[in-house]
Amino acid sequence: MSRIKQVIRAAFLLEFISAFVLAMKYFVRPKVTINYPFEKGPISPRFRGEHALRRYPSGEERCIACKLCEAICPAQAIVIESEPRTDGSRRTTRYDIDMVKCIYCGLCQEACPVDAIVEGPNYEFATETREELYYDKEKLLSNGDRWETEIAKNLALDAPYR
Amino acid sequence: MLIAITFYLMAFTAVAAAFMVVASRNPVHSVMYLILTFFSAAGLFILMGAEFIALLLVMVYVGAVAVLFLFVVMMLDVDFVELKQGFLQYIGIGATVALILLAEMIMVGAVYFTGESKTVVPTDPNTTNLEAFGQVLYTDYAGAFEAAGLILLVALIGAVVLTLRERKGVRTQNAAKQMSRTREDGVELIDIEPGQGLG
Amino acid sequence: MTPVMQTTTDVALAATDERNWVIWSLLKTGQVLLFVLTLALLVAALVLADRKIWAAVQMRRGPNVVGAFGLLQTMADALKFFFKEIVIPAGSDKFLFILAPIIGLVMAFAAWAVVPVAPGWVISDINIGVLYVLALSSLGVYGIIIGGWASNSKYPFMGALRSAAQMVSYEVSIGFIILTVIFLSGSMNLTTIVDSQGPGIFNWNMFLLNPFGDYGWRILLIAPIMFYMGVLFFISALAETNRPPFDLPEAESELVAGYQVEYSSTPFLMFFFAEYVNIMLLSAMMTILFLGGWHAPINVSLPFGLQVPPFFWFFLKTAFIFFMFAMVKAIVPRYRYDQLMRLGWKVFLPTALVAVALVSTFVVAANNFGWNA
Repeated sequence: MSRIKQVIRAAFLLEFISAFVLAMKYFVRPKVTINYPFEKGPISPRFRGEHALRRYPSGEERCIACKLCEAICPAQAIVIESEPRTDGSRRTTRYDIDMVKCIYCGLCQEACPVDAIVEGPNYEFATETREELYYDKEKLLSNGDRWETEIAKNLALDAPYR
Repeated sequence: MLIAITFYLMAFTAVAAAFMVVASRNPVHSVMYLILTFFSAAGLFILMGAEFIALLLVMVYVGAVAVLFLFVVMMLDVDFVELKQGFLQYIGIGATVALILLAEMIMVGAVYFTGESKTVVPTDPNTTNLEAFGQVLYTDYAGAFEAAGLILLVALIGAVVLTLRERKGVRTQNAAKQMSRTREDGVELIDIEPGQGLG
Repeated sequence: MTPVMQTTTDVALAATDERNWVIWSLLKTGQVLLFVLTLALLVAALVLADRKIWAAVQMRRGPNVVGAFGLLQTMADALKFFFKEIVIPAGSDKFLFILAPIIGLVMAFAAWAVVPVAPGWVISDINIGVLYVLALSSLGVYGIIIGGWASNSKYPFMGALRSAAQMVSYEVSIGFIILTVIFLSGSMNLTTIVDSQGPGIFNWNMFLLNPFGDYGWRILLIAPIMFYMGVLFFISALAETNRPPFDLPEAESELVAGYQVEYSSTPFLMFFFAEYVNIMLLSAMMTILFLGGWHAPINVSLPFGLQVPPFFWFFLKTAFIFFMFAMVKAIVPRYRYDQLMRLGWKVFLPTALVAVALVSTFVVAANNFGWNA
């Protein structure tokens, strides 16, 4: 009996017709995707994007070259060299992050005692060459300058939960 | 003029390709040349005004038969050493067939050039190929036509009989059975108390 | 020159009048160029439409960045293929490897020579147009088979074998389905076939519901058969063009991309192009054979005595069939190979054979009993 029913269903393409009707319903529904380069989805304050080195409001860089981030980095993407500065304070002479190695785990910003290295909200930093992804100190500091407002806001929003 | 040029081009291609069918070392290339031969022959038919036969040739021989040739030949793993060993063994039969064919072709040519051949006269210039065919095929040659159909049917059934064999212990797909399966046949929902298990 | 030649082909026709065969050649070349250019532009539009429809069913947006609404997306893709490097595998048969996509594309375009898109708008109005289209579409298989074999690689070869078996199988049932239309129209000329379907939607071969036509009310006897033949033709056309749900030669989840695996750059583009030209060809054939070609479904009157150009109706119907092609791609899952063969040989072929018998009986009876007064 079910075989006969099946033959009739197949011969009159009943399943195709019902699928077609369903597909046409979805055809006219509003799209669920966003128009990406022009629209962007919301991101959490904890979002771990492109790295940045922050400064104090005075303009002095925060990093004290404690190398905790370098030690904790599971991908060993960070390389730091340091020397005492002329005023006697300990500062980095080299702070490199290999963004190709980085796995964006966020352990560096967790380890940082002075909130110097942070992962900002920027996720659009694709480059045309691999070399451009080897960030040096200058690049990281300029990132920090550019994204300071957002980074500070995100840190403040997330502070109650830490 | 144009017809003559086209004719000689087609005829030359046909003969050259037919030669290459035998001469080429790669069997797949041989089939390709065979297709080219068929195609040129179809072109010659069109030049003679027999476009129906031409397109049937392309459709049946090039589109179906040669595809199956190609299908088989592609799957063959030809061993050239073995091929050359068999060459001497069959040369006697091959030569005989070739000689008979040559003699036949010489005879046909002789008849043609002595002017004894019948010239084919088109019955009515206004009928299409298709109509002319139908008129002849279903009246004068109806018996032969039916017989040809019957022979093809016998060949068809013969092929089925030869390849159809019941094999025991082989699991095959039954598409109709698979498709008539419903949700009720395949899914059973069971409420299991925590800690009880199915048993 | 025998008189038969004058009525047969255009090649012979041109040669009979030696004075103007040059002009004839130039004229035909112009027409061919016009067709090819239009088809090329339409392919670009169709590829985009295909992707947009597919996206819409899945509630996505589809390409929308290159040009307004993504209109130039296909152009960008084509340019990308042109500028890529042609990679020819070391173990391949180089000559055949390059020849294969050329065969595919040439055969796809050549079949359009007999397709009438409006009264008189046809390059060559030969009297066995249906056979010509069938013959050329069966030649298109060679592009795929040769391409798969010449790649000297496993997946392409399997794709080639699959497509060979698939296209040969479905050509048989397509042939029989077309035969029913030929019986009704009494001609193999595509223009005559369209003309025989008269004005109005109920004279089209798929909806033969006009009880006041040539055959009277008796046409209703074969109306359901012809409708069903239309449906079968559409499904066979899907199989013939390797479209989902019959895209087994290139099934990406089984064979990566089948016969196209080793192809890159322009040769790949040619395969891709040929596929879409073939899809358009079969949409057009469906329009001509079953949907009344350029005839309007209902009598449309425009203000100021303007008329809807016949070409517009042809285009509209072909576009609708293509829309159905795209929808099928979006909603039907891929067949298994044995199911595909079973459908072709055990379902379509017997059904089409029975239909051929019934329709031919009807036509013979109509001629004998004077039904077609």
